[in-house]
Amino acid sequence: MEEFAALLDALIYTRSRNEKLRLIAEYLRETPDPDRGWALAALTDGLDFKAVKSSTIRNLLKERVDPVLWSLSRDFVGDTAETAALLWPEPLGGVGTPPTVSEAVDALGVMTRASVMTELPRLLDRLDSAGRYALLKLATGGMRVGVSGRLAKVAFAQAFDVPVDDVEEYWHALEPPYADLFAWGADGADPPETENLPLFRPFMLAHPLEETVVDLADYAAEWKWDGIRVQLVHVAGETRLYSRSGDDISATFPEMVNALELPAVLDGELLVRGVHQGGEQGGAASFNALQQRLGRKTVSKKMLTDSPAFVRLYDVLMLEGKDLRGLPWNERRERLEKLVPRLPDSHFDISQLVEARDFDHLGQIREGARNDAIEGLMLKRRDSLYVPGRKTGLWYKWKRDPLLVDCVLMYAQRGSGKRSSFYSDYTFGCWDGDPDKGAELLPVGKAYSGFTDAELKKLDKLVRQTTLNRFGPVREVERTLVFEVAFDSVHASKRHKSGLAMRFPRIHRIRWDKPVHEADRIDALQALVRD
Amino acid sequence: MAAPFSWIRPEPHGVHVVPADVWIDPSKAVDAALVTHGHADHARGGHGTTVATPATLAIMDLRYNTREGATPVEYGETIRLKGGVDATYIPAGHVLGSAQILLEHAGERVVITGDYKRRPDPTCPPFQVTPCDIFITEATFGLPLFAHPPIAEEMGKLLARLEAHPDACVLVGAYALGKAQRVIAELRAAGHHQPIYLHGAMEKMCRLYEEFGVNLGELRLVADHDKDDMRGHVVVCPPSALNDRWSRRLPDPITAMASGWMRVRQRARQRNVELPLVISDHADWAELTRTIEEVNPYETWITHGREEALLRWHQLHQRRARALALVGYEDEDD
Repeated sequence: MEEFAALLDALIYTRSRNEKLRLIAEYLRETPDPDRGWALAALTDGLDFKAVKSSTIRNLLKERVDPVLWSLSRDFVGDTAETAALLWPEPLGGVGTPPTVSEAVDALGVMTRASVMTELPRLLDRLDSAGRYALLKLATGGMRVGVSGRLAKVAFAQAFDVPVDDVEEYWHALEPPYADLFAWGADGADPPETENLPLFRPFMLAHPLEETVVDLADYAAEWKWDGIRVQLVHVAGETRLYSRSGDDISATFPEMVNALELPAVLDGELLVRGVHQGGEQGGAASFNALQQRLGRKTVSKKMLTDSPAFVRLYDVLMLEGKDLRGLPWNERRERLEKLVPRLPDSHFDISQLVEARDFDHLGQIREGARNDAIEGLMLKRRDSLYVPGRKTGLWYKWKRDPLLVDCVLMYAQRGSGKRSSFYSDYTFGCWDGDPDKGAELLPVGKAYSGFTDAELKKLDKLVRQTTLNRFGPVREVERTLVFEVAFDSVHASKRHKSGLAMRFPRIHRIRWDKPVHEADRIDALQALVRD
Repeated sequence: MAAPFSWIRPEPHGVHVVPADVWIDPSKAVDAALVTHGHADHARGGHGTTVATPATLAIMDLRYNTREGATPVEYGETIRLKGGVDATYIPAGHVLGSAQILLEHAGERVVITGDYKRRPDPTCPPFQVTPCDIFITEATFGLPLFAHPPIAEEMGKLLARLEAHPDACVLVGAYALGKAQRVIAELRAAGHHQPIYLHGAMEKMCRLYEEFGVNLGELRLVADHDKDDMRGHVVVCPPSALNDRWSRRLPDPITAMASGWMRVRQRARQRNVELPLVISDHADWAELTRTIEEVNPYETWITHGREEALLRWHQLHQRRARALALVGYEDEDD
């Protein structure tokens, strides 16, 4: 447990992604099984102990520390596990021998609501403050050390010099403490059995097209939809829905889980239906409508009827026991087209190909796209195999041109990590009327990208020179600078005073030359709302 | 006869000693002030006369240009004030020159601690327990979760990090008066004899410490050196400079901060600190409560900090206490 506690503390104080990877990889290499597997599960929130909750910890502490002093301390620290780790009265004879991670996991696993009040203290009495913190975080989840599932998988790949795509694929086949994964990665054993399991397969991704021009004889075009990319897997009677990062989101969209009943791995865009889009009966609603359903663990009946989900299919990776990833795209497409009629049309359709005479014509079609659920075009090499990740020249995404609006810089906030000495996050606003007649600026968005390092230095200097007020890490600045802000779409939102929220705002150009009264008004932005 | 202790009155701007018409650590200019130590929330300029230890007066002169009316008093020395009040300056162990002030009048004894700690500190003499009727204490770290580790452990962490990253530097944010010099002196005590680099704002105070006999070893100014000179070295700066543009001139700095607040992980994260060093010049919870037990006063008055928790402790231990709502005392970056 001491090594795991030291790892947690090191991760808490490390902001650099590379350094985090190095720390985790080193831990995974040097720690024996099954401790490292449990630690990996803990870091990725893969553990759950029913008997240990925040309230359990609170109750334990209130038996040992005056309740008033406990509450004052908890309020100051802001985290129950940390407060408890700091306040736990150590046994008079000093702490005992620390448990290993697996010993702690075993003990936590068999605790009940009745036994936890006597068993958890026995573990805590064997640990120092850092160890107690690690144990309580392990027991209650929510590590908050800035390690995503993806980062942990990359660290595993780095630790044992194996392809991260393989780690991704096997990961979902296994349960903590991932003994077979370590046997394969660390000891060169055969890879884990994956044939009959509803596993996630790493996605094939696209590069931005930018200045590239392609020949439509070699590339097929299809719409790129503005939902979330998903993979739907059905095998041996079980169905799972995975997000782009490989998270299992089946519980968020239960209607999709019941919709696929033949063994297949499908790639598509998850959308919700909305009748008010583009006049198309039952077409896809905007991303804003989908957003209402994301991140929920349980779904109400009302949501299922008001915003039902469906998947617009792009590709088929596996079908009825055959792995199709080694076939060229056009052959997979053929099979996909034959497959779709066998699926319930309430829950599936196919992303139509876009026919164009030539590349210029395709450009015109893209310009004319009116449906808000369209994010742009995809260009896929007709002979491309389905390979994980982004391989140059196979798939391109050609997004719609962003919307642009001129905004005025209002507030700036310090960045983090390398940017912690720079004011690099900018909040900007538009006028709520005629600026020459006393109109005011209302914040409409925040962006921290789209400028060069040289521009950042210049912006940082401007912020420091024109500061009006300071609020902790935030500075309010004089209204002197106009940003041309690019964004994908704008939606009604209660979060901002302006009532609007932009999607993917970024600084497109810094208009050092433009007077602030010429910046856009809220009305102009309002007119771009389509939901 | 006047009511007990009616001669000493806590007011919003400081503690007023009525018969002598002097103020202890007043936060606004007064005719006569008794000052415990040189930190800005206790020592302010503009008083008619200022009574303090020679070191505190020198610090005030350096920081606030207060020369007029400076009246030095040595540790252990008693001075007679107007109205039959005696004042004695006693070491508080907080920073160079810091003192508790014992006031005696009409057979009643009051001790005002200013800020204090009970740990050994190579830059100032240790706190002395002084029995009294009213004990006026600080409570900056007055929560049971605050337990400052032995400073040798924290120095060990710092030096281990330095050794592991010979091409980088460790940038230690430390309060410019007291903490910075203590960290440097403790580094020397731990056997670190390399030059230590200073932010410009630290230089004069370090020189002043040396004039008062605190040996800080070889100190260099960051401004006088190239990036590469500082690789593998300790750099000390005020906490405010840690994430400032100033730090861009350093070679891959590892950001450390020496402060009692570093005990709480999220506090350290908020400051972007990579290497938290739990080092404080204030008493932690155990020191506060032990001191009150040893002094064993009739009543404790609490000036500033987490007074609610310390009041609760008094209640639990059946001791008398009250919190004074003094203005202007702050949680410095300690």
